[in-house]
Amino acid sequence: MNITTILDVVIGGLLMGGIYALIAMGLSLQYGVARVLNIAHGEFIMLGAFSTWVLYTTFGISPLISLVIVGPLIFIIGFLLHRTLFRSLLKSAPSLPAFEGSSLLATFGLLYIIQNTAIIVWSSTPRGYTYLASPVHLWGAVFAANRLVTLGFVVGIGLAFYIFLARTRLGKAIRAAAQDPSTAGLMGVNINQVLALCFGFGALMAGLAGVLYSMCFSIQATMGLGFTVIAIIVVVLGGLGSIPGSFIGGFILGIIGSVVTRIEASLSLAAFYFIFILLLLVRPKGIMGK
Amino acid sequence: MDIARVTFRKSFFLGLLGLILALLATLPRYAAGYTPILLTSIFMYIILAVSWTLFSGPTGYMSLATAAFFGVGIYVAAVLGDTLPLPIFIVAGGLASFIVALLVGALTLRLRGIYFAIFTFGLVILITHLLLFWELHVIGIRGRFVTVIDYNTIYYAMLSIFVTLLLTAYFIRRSKFGLALQSIGENEEAATHIGIDVTMVKVITFAVSAFFIGAAGATIATRWTYIDPYIAFDVRFSFLPVLMAIFGGMGQLYGPVVGAVTFAYLQEVLITRFPELYMLIFGVVLVVAILYLPNGLVGLIQRLWKRSTGGQRANT
Repeated sequence: MNITTILDVVIGGLLMGGIYALIAMGLSLQYGVARVLNIAHGEFIMLGAFSTWVLYTTFGISPLISLVIVGPLIFIIGFLLHRTLFRSLLKSAPSLPAFEGSSLLATFGLLYIIQNTAIIVWSSTPRGYTYLASPVHLWGAVFAANRLVTLGFVVGIGLAFYIFLARTRLGKAIRAAAQDPSTAGLMGVNINQVLALCFGFGALMAGLAGVLYSMCFSIQATMGLGFTVIAIIVVVLGGLGSIPGSFIGGFILGIIGSVVTRIEASLSLAAFYFIFILLLLVRPKGIMGK
Repeated sequence: MDIARVTFRKSFFLGLLGLILALLATLPRYAAGYTPILLTSIFMYIILAVSWTLFSGPTGYMSLATAAFFGVGIYVAAVLGDTLPLPIFIVAGGLASFIVALLVGALTLRLRGIYFAIFTFGLVILITHLLLFWELHVIGIRGRFVTVIDYNTIYYAMLSIFVTLLLTAYFIRRSKFGLALQSIGENEEAATHIGIDVTMVKVITFAVSAFFIGAAGATIATRWTYIDPYIAFDVRFSFLPVLMAIFGGMGQLYGPVVGAVTFAYLQEVLITRFPELYMLIFGVVLVVAILYLPNGLVGLIQRLWKRSTGGQRANT
């Protein structure tokens, strides 16, 4: 175990952790505010990744520019989905738990629709492209430049999103809706609009994570569900509905994953679940939960 | 006169059920080949959907552990299949799932709502990966072969599990135990206060439903010939029973049965006709069903029935 190996594990862990953090923040927003446990969350990552791949290989558009093209598109898809599908489910559901159950199943249907359309369009073979692959030397260890750029963007987007929630008027409305939707409505928050925006922002975070992920790793039409599962673990780890909790939890899980993978790669997912089950039994509120 | 009508209806339904059962029991005599094979998988889905509803329907705890119990049954069949006769390893598969459910239930049934769903879902994936690790790194062989058994025998085994399950579900619904379950679903705290041992009732029902799921797994394993952790613990088997139960409607015992038959048949048709589009159509059907059939197929039929006979009912 020398310094290079440690640095390698840490940077790798931070990179994956950052991507997990973005995805989990999105899911946390969708579950914490809109009350939709979105099993199709990972599919938006896949859509982001594949759109970037298409834009880069056919039109030669740089992935970093794709961030501003793909992000808004996926935001609109998420917004419209909530406006149509989840809004009518919310209207017809007799109670909140009933809505949580039916929306969970509806997102499961969405997962099948999006994933299988993607398989028909792009087939299920792994895809990839090389972008910014030049080596960078850092304290004796060598990294591909795209990893460091991705890490920078992941942290930047995460912080920007947090500041948006904490400081802006819309962010305050979202946090109010998370705490108590009906009181927030009485205070003049347009609750239906806010819920749809939250779902859209959740999809946006997943889409951006997908764009960044495709810069460093190979992508596949069936990659979504794995990310959804990890995002659920991170959200529970951080505390349901806590955005900073999800951000920190993502990095914790990334580092653990990186360390376990170095020791025994086939056990990394089992390790996540072990932590997750232990956590549910010992502290179901999560690290930042109230 | 009303009593006469009720007893007539009751004996009519019993006679109809007996007739269907007699037809199903003698089926391999006149319809050999594909029909018993198709019916075996339809029975399997009915067993999964009804077992799931047995616990999750009245209590409102959404269990996604079905695939775990199913997989445990499959693995028991794979390990014991070459040495023991079919009925014994089916019961063994059921018992193994029963014990797993007892342990899991005792640990986790204090988790409420979405936490329980997430936990049970995680359980499936944890078992898959641990088993895969065990096979790859400890035994060194991935997967196992299962002794093949003639399809008519499997058909009869599945039919008997199906009948036993329906009887069990019927008697649980009619008993004090079933009422206790129902009241836990309505208000768990109130149920505790009126003297129901909430934890015991929940854990036992969870384990009984797991018994049937495991037995179904042990039976169907003999048809699959080769299994590995990904095949045996396929997460689809966690979601399908939920969908079937909701699609059929959970208010009545026959709701999940109707849902499972429809879905299993639909799946068979879609797989043979449109193999590439199968999952896509499945997703669309699912979303449409949730949007437009909140009480399931049975709810829809009841609504139509009421509309057509509504005038008569109003007079009595």
